[in-house]
Amino acid sequence: MSAIIRRDPRAEWIVRNRLHPLHAAMQPVQGSWMGPNGVIRKNPHVGAFIGPNGVKRIDRSGAQQGGGSKRGAAVEVHLPLHRVAEPAFYVAVVPDMVGGRLSSHDRDVLGLAHRLAGSDGAVLAIVFGEHKESAFDTAGVDRLLVLDGGEFEGYAPEQRVHGLRAVDNQFDPRHWLVPDSRSGGGELGRRFAASLGERPATRVWQIKDGECIGRAGAGQQDIARALPRLILAAAECAEPVDETRHEALPVQLSTAVARSLPRIEDLGAVAVDPAAIPMAEAEFIFSGGNGVKDWELFHRTAAALGATEGASRVAVDDGFMGRDRQVGASGTWVTARVYVAVGISGAIQHLQGIGACDKVIAINLDAGCDMIKRADLSVIGESAAILQALIAAMAAYRNEAKRDAA
Amino acid sequence: MNTKVISLVSVGAHPTSGRARRAEQDSRAVELGLQLAGGELRVLHAGDANEPALRAYMGMGLDSLHVLENPAGSDALPALADYLRDAGAQVVLTGSQAETGEGSGMLPFLLAEKLGWPVIVGLAEVESISNGVAHVLQALPRGQRRRLKVRLPMLATVDNAAPKPRQSAYGPAQRGTFDVDEVEIVEDELFASAALQAAKPRPKRLKVIKAKSGADRMKAATAKASGGGGQVLKGVSAEEGAAAILKLLVEEGVVR
Repeated sequence: MSAIIRRDPRAEWIVRNRLHPLHAAMQPVQGSWMGPNGVIRKNPHVGAFIGPNGVKRIDRSGAQQGGGSKRGAAVEVHLPLHRVAEPAFYVAVVPDMVGGRLSSHDRDVLGLAHRLAGSDGAVLAIVFGEHKESAFDTAGVDRLLVLDGGEFEGYAPEQRVHGLRAVDNQFDPRHWLVPDSRSGGGELGRRFAASLGERPATRVWQIKDGECIGRAGAGQQDIARALPRLILAAAECAEPVDETRHEALPVQLSTAVARSLPRIEDLGAVAVDPAAIPMAEAEFIFSGGNGVKDWELFHRTAAALGATEGASRVAVDDGFMGRDRQVGASGTWVTARVYVAVGISGAIQHLQGIGACDKVIAINLDAGCDMIKRADLSVIGESAAILQALIAAMAAYRNEAKRDAA
Repeated sequence: MNTKVISLVSVGAHPTSGRARRAEQDSRAVELGLQLAGGELRVLHAGDANEPALRAYMGMGLDSLHVLENPAGSDALPALADYLRDAGAQVVLTGSQAETGEGSGMLPFLLAEKLGWPVIVGLAEVESISNGVAHVLQALPRGQRRRLKVRLPMLATVDNAAPKPRQSAYGPAQRGTFDVDEVEIVEDELFASAALQAAKPRPKRLKVIKAKSGADRMKAATAKASGGGGQVLKGVSAEEGAAAILKLLVEEGVVR
């Protein structure tokens, strides 16, 4: 619905027609009435509405009566489409895609690529394997190349370098941009640079007038040099794209990627003790608050899920969890990808602490609490029963996985 | 284990004072090498043999340190590659980036490319070495570990997930000796065109609100964090709720 105020002639007609069955329901709320002591009472909320500019307006003309104005949320803004029909050149970006989605670092690098591409060039994003991202268009991707196939799954850096070399042969990008991060980009970019034999600029945080500045040494010094072809960009190197929409047209490799015998074989993730991971960098946090009554069950559930435990301030103050486990403004600001809040209503200090979390799951009795508004998935109910069911479901899931493996 | 291990070390810089010291990650590489090979470990440095900070590595329990004499600002890569090609090492350990100079972290990758060896990033632990194959644990962000099977010889970089370096003792550090090799000097062309300068503090990123009206700006400034309408399961049984939660956890890949 738009923000434009519209008259509803039918509702106005019902209000005028005393014999209509909906007449009583459509009556506007009374603005003033005589109180029991003969004093005139006024309802200050009646007659006010939010105007087109979002400012509260009071209408004393009576034109607004009848059903009241119905207005939904503001319409989604359609950003102008940036179209590159015949790209003069390409700027290639290899995003990290942590968890199958663009990270904020990836978006910064795409913003930088968009700046380097200008209006003639196209930003080409190269994604390995399956992804869950749906917002490539608003992130600034003009062309999207998905290198799919079993050989790129898991940890296969050497095969990925072969893939990038094939892209380099076909598209010959003017620049290669890779996020200089620990989650894969820094390594892949350096491997690719060594394979191409080109000298990259690393930890670049500013690009201006054909010159780039990057951190050198242990971060005590900067090095400024002419812009090379291969750039490993630090986080916040540029503003992410936010004013345009892009086509994200899929493109294909015309040749098959060379395959080589892998010298590094991925044997899979190793189970680590979740309690030993520092809270601030844990990936998966299972957090309990005032609504948790059975703490023994809570610990068992966290162990079954393999999650790092956290707690709200109330749970810590009551002595159920250690102070080092507190999440929130006065505890730890967490960066988990998945955060499960059990019996936490969501005080603003707690919500600040989980601001960087990607997916929030809430288990709570109160359907109106702030945590539910923040959460991506909320289950309303008694936490003890849900945790019991979660342990059972987890055991069934593990059994099934074991049977599949056998 | 009779594996031949070489650790590459560099001269570090103290993060506050900037004084020369043993580099943090390189000393971890030496520590890991000592755990793997004990007294057989060989430590190699390309640079100036008269640097007193190098003695701190020998204080970790080494009798000698091999130095390829190279002036500052020259390229260490050719000398190191030539040395390693003939050294017959099975495992070469280095820190992931130098604390002085460019510090691009490219050296292990370029060395591996020149030698044709596989390179592992973020080595945390070597589990076993047998029949020319090593099983190692690789450190991932967020405290995770991954098991890898690598063909030897290999190059591995260590970062802060590797074991903490032992303390450096003064006496052994002073008693240790340097084996100095003269090598051909190759100039690094980077510093002909680029110069190091003191690091500029980076501006904090501001939250820019692009709102057309004052009311929108007010709303953006006072709005609470919200996920924007998540799925709410109300009036479902505990089992259905748990199944929905587990489904999301599996989708996100946090449950293994």
